[in-house]
Amino acid sequence: MTNPPAPPVLRAVDLTRSYGKGQARFDALRGVSLEIRRGESLAIVGKSGSGKSTLMHLLALLDRPDSGRVEIDGQDVGAASAPAVNRLRNERFGFVFQQFFLTAGQTVLENVSLPLVVAGVAPRERRRRALATLDALGLADKAGNKANDLSGGQKQRVVIARALVNEPDLIFADEPTGNLDTATGHQVEDLLFGLQRERGITLVVVTHDEELAARCDRRITIADGLIVGESDAAASVISEGAGR
Amino acid sequence: MRATDVITSATRNAFRSKLRTTLTVLSLFVGAFTLTLTTALGAGVSDYVTKQVASLSTGDVLLVTPATTTDTTEGPTEYDPDGRQQSSQANPLGGGTLMNDDDLDSIAAIDGVDRVEPIRSISVDWVASSDTSIDTRYELSVNPTSSIGRSDLVAGAQLDQEAEDAQVILPEDYVDALGYEDAGDAIGRTIELGYSGADRSERTTEATVVGVARTSLLASGAGANQALTTEIADAQAVPGQPDAYAVAVAYLTGSGGDGTVTDDDVAGVKVALADADLAGQTVEDQLGVVQTIINGIIGVLSAFAIVALIAASFGIINTLLMSVQERTREIGLMKAMGMSNGRVFGLFSLEAVVIGFLGSALGALAAIGVGSAISSVAAAGPLAALPGLTLLLFDPLSVALVIAAIMLIAFLSGVLPARRAARQHPIESLRYE
Ligand SMILES: Nc1ncnc2c1ncn2[C@@H]1O[C@H](COP(=O)(O)OP(=O)(O)O)[C@@H](O)[C@H]1O
Ligand SMILES: [Mg+2]
Repeated sequence: MTNPPAPPVLRAVDLTRSYGKGQARFDALRGVSLEIRRGESLAIVGKSGSGKSTLMHLLALLDRPDSGRVEIDGQDVGAASAPAVNRLRNERFGFVFQQFFLTAGQTVLENVSLPLVVAGVAPRERRRRALATLDALGLADKAGNKANDLSGGQKQRVVIARALVNEPDLIFADEPTGNLDTATGHQVEDLLFGLQRERGITLVVVTHDEELAARCDRRITIADGLIVGESDAAASVISEGAGR
Repeated sequence: MRATDVITSATRNAFRSKLRTTLTVLSLFVGAFTLTLTTALGAGVSDYVTKQVASLSTGDVLLVTPATTTDTTEGPTEYDPDGRQQSSQANPLGGGTLMNDDDLDSIAAIDGVDRVEPIRSISVDWVASSDTSIDTRYELSVNPTSSIGRSDLVAGAQLDQEAEDAQVILPEDYVDALGYEDAGDAIGRTIELGYSGADRSERTTEATVVGVARTSLLASGAGANQALTTEIADAQAVPGQPDAYAVAVAYLTGSGGDGTVTDDDVAGVKVALADADLAGQTVEDQLGVVQTIINGIIGVLSAFAIVALIAASFGIINTLLMSVQERTREIGLMKAMGMSNGRVFGLFSLEAVVIGFLGSALGALAAIGVGSAISSVAAAGPLAALPGLTLLLFDPLSVALVIAAIMLIAFLSGVLPARRAARQHPIESLRYE
């Protein structure tokens, strides 16, 4: 690195999180520290049950760590009030979960508008922005359809539109292709990485899919609640090349 | 989230499961329907009583009867030759005991009593017009208490109790029968009254019609002034029998401004009467008895309505708990997107309020529809004899109050499910499979 590193948009310091009490206590995270730079894509990989989702939830401020802290733009959010954290998530974060979590009976447009409804945006403005986002994802013609009537790939695109509609600068995706067939999965990946590059969005992807992880700028590997490996995608390509 | 969005989402969510919502709304409907009807019944009756009291009571008279003896512990009462007589006939106004002249004197001696007049029951056999083409004789009953109150007049004036000449107030339905053109035409006319004396001889007397009155709950029959009553009562009194009265009327003097009789005056005289082993009742008291009975019936009906509403509130709790359960992920998602716990609470409790509003508004509307129909049928049929009585009075304010109360019950029922939703952890909700 020749340039001085940009201030990390997200920094985690020594995070721990355990579930249950006493005998049933399980330490899902046992001291995880990491930095995420603005505009980069980071893959969190590891086996099932290793603590990836737990880490993502802490980073996305959906949960609070037992110890350690999370900083956004250098600010510790552990001390922030609940409304401030809610506002932060609403205005700056976008979420893509493994399951679609679309409201079946509502239209695509209504589903995509949800973050704007939560934000308290006026109906007309909501509609305009949701339609613009759907248009960008090639779903403009599906705006009036019921969410239930779409295919899996279309649904995941709606979910991505929902994550984008509030123009976030961080998107958290937990197993975004876990529910899709390979071809559709690739399309969704192309979409996510395209957006990340075009809009300069920071992307945090939880996955155990090797291929998806390889497309990210950087990856960290978790096992039993600890980071066991960290590498740049480019470096891994080089090392793979060197190994050949 | 905007308040309007919270309201529209809550409304839409309420209808997401139509059957479930409809059933819950129905149970509220039953409660609202009943409660609206019972409050309307209460309002109708109390409105009638209030109007009657306002139009009939002069406010300065007490109806005095011997206090009813309730004492059963001391065995038979010793005979006192100067004591009160027992009535040979049952008298609905008083107990079996009659007052004597000593009692009248002690009433008159009470502070605040101006004068006292005994009410003497008279029986008139027939009435006929003396100056129209019709000379058919009609039966007539004279209201013994006509002297204590005013009549609800259609035409003419009230009786003059102190007048020398005999006066009557006729019930409205005698106007046609006696051949007068209308109520106004009857005023000032002379009628002939037939009655039997104590010696069974048939006698007649004449009286002037001073007024025509509507029938009321308090007074049915014709009114006669003191002069006419005395004349007939004297003729009907059994010679040699000491005077005895079931009821007397005490006219009060007022201590208020312009000599008006205050509540304190009435209360004071009542206490003094009680000391003399007598009981005093105002017109309000008499109507109050009727009102108390009706209020009792209304109370029981309202209790049923409230039981229905309590049952309905469990229905709301159940409906909303199911709704929260079904929408766990949606709640988690909205929370992940930054929706505050307060808004989530608002969303679900408002859903309960929407259900409450639907049930109560529909119930109240149905009650108004059905009740108005019942009311007009009743007014034309069984209650035709009581003009001025609207059986069910739907006051917009009390209907609104019923609706508001049920919405409040619905809101309170929604608190538990809504709190559960608000406290849900977004992660737990999103893990839900
Ligand atoms: N709410 C919870 N209660 C108890 N154990 C949990 C809970 N959530 C996660 N865990 C456990 O913590 C570990 C890490 O979970 P998670 O972060 O979801 O793993 P991953 O996403 O890597 O599969 C797992 O063993 C899981 O069983
Ligand atoms: Mg996971």
